[in-house]
Amino acid sequence: MAVRRPYVRPMAGWWRRNPFYIFYMLREATSVFVALYALQLLYGLYTLAVGEAAFDAWLVSLRHPLFLVFHGVALAAALLHAFTWFNVAPKAMPVLYLGSHRVADRTLVWAQYLIFAVISVAILGVVLGG
Amino acid sequence: MATHDEIEIEVLRYHPETDSEPSYRTYRVPFAHETSVLQGLQYIKDRLDGSLTFRWSCRMAICGSCGMMINGVPNLTCSAFLREYHPGKLRIEPLAHLPIERDLAVDQTDFLEKLASIQPYIIPAESKAVDEGPFTQTPAQRERFYQYSECINCLLCYAACPQYGLDSGFLGPAALALLHRYNSDSRDVGKADRMPIVNAQEGVWACTLVGYCSEVCPKGVDPASAVNRNKVISTLDYFFRFMAPRGASE
Amino acid sequence: MPKRSNEPVFWALFGAGGVVAAFVLPALIVVTGLAAPLGLPSPGVLSYERVSAFAASLPGAAFLFVVISLSLWHGFHRIYHSLHELGVHRGLSVVRVLCYGTALAGTALTAYLLVTAI
Repeated sequence: MAVRRPYVRPMAGWWRRNPFYIFYMLREATSVFVALYALQLLYGLYTLAVGEAAFDAWLVSLRHPLFLVFHGVALAAALLHAFTWFNVAPKAMPVLYLGSHRVADRTLVWAQYLIFAVISVAILGVVLGG
Repeated sequence: MATHDEIEIEVLRYHPETDSEPSYRTYRVPFAHETSVLQGLQYIKDRLDGSLTFRWSCRMAICGSCGMMINGVPNLTCSAFLREYHPGKLRIEPLAHLPIERDLAVDQTDFLEKLASIQPYIIPAESKAVDEGPFTQTPAQRERFYQYSECINCLLCYAACPQYGLDSGFLGPAALALLHRYNSDSRDVGKADRMPIVNAQEGVWACTLVGYCSEVCPKGVDPASAVNRNKVISTLDYFFRFMAPRGASE
Repeated sequence: MPKRSNEPVFWALFGAGGVVAAFVLPALIVVTGLAAPLGLPSPGVLSYERVSAFAASLPGAAFLFVVISLSLWHGFHRIYHSLHELGVHRGLSVVRVLCYGTALAGTALTAYLLVTAI
């Protein structure tokens, strides 16, 4: 009778073992920028409550190259988040039926891209156009 | 076999009687166009080193026995071919995240216990004698679970799931896919029995939708969708459990 | 019987935040982080008067509350789980209190600032 001594392999550094995992961690890392940007907006809201001088100082601080770089990276992170979110959303949604016909995952993904485009154009149009 | 070339195969070896930890051994294996990775391993066992241990049975991607890591990717060795890796080499390891029993064979006990725990069979409202005929359902009702019933228990999805590797308490992709398969079956009324398993931290809540399980499944099952649809079901169950009769939320 | 997880509470907030962040944040970052500081298309896009009026309106306040608080819940939930994946253990830890505590405090502060602005 052979000896039983099952060997459990360590998990340290697991996410570097496969390109799929690296991309997954990149997806998860977008959350850092989502959170930081939300805190940044919250700080802006706080200066708004303090008064015009504080708010204007916040606006001036946003012109600092470090802040511009941060917002550039945050934009890339937000787009990656949106892209990955729309792609996996059909996996979490209840299966949709139109009559007896099942709505394809691809249709749901494209519907989200369409809504995204409409919302983005609306925000940019209202704020920058008006 | 009509050989035309040789390929280097690196195999992770572990013999619990003598080895304190696994280590790699390299073999040179001749191959033809149609030589599968499994046949490469059989060549090693037959001609080069009879002590090599691995599982296999059907050689046609239906028994689910020969799953291993090929160059870090979970795959059925019977449906991968040596030519795909030539002129590079192969590194073959036992399925990741599972304890190594011996060489390329992993310990499947944990999965088998989890599979049993989800009651992977139809629990009918009332039992019927055989002469009363079968439980019937429409093609539309069958469509709601069919893909999940294609699972062959090969454990590639467990080798793909880092959450299972980090915490083997997690029920895992295949067991949850099969749980969803029975809960979605119109002939089954076992959902209320199975929901406590879904609702636990070790149920759907250990999953972060890495999604690699669905990517590696050799049978086209989408365990990630089963797990994540059940997050919605579990969330509704969490918030509306006091309003609806137990197990009534769809 | 296995213990029921309270994760649905956090996952629901994470999911709602994920939807809001996906649909709204890219355009919003362009507006507040890039266009306004660079003065594009014209300076005064985010003037004090304009932003005050927006934050004081009910739809504006609701928009800001939803975006800020749900983005915080989304972000910190994912950060918490990523830390677990990198080896920080789950459970009622300092990390957990810090992550969800920040989201909760941020939500409360946002609500307070908006209520006082209306």
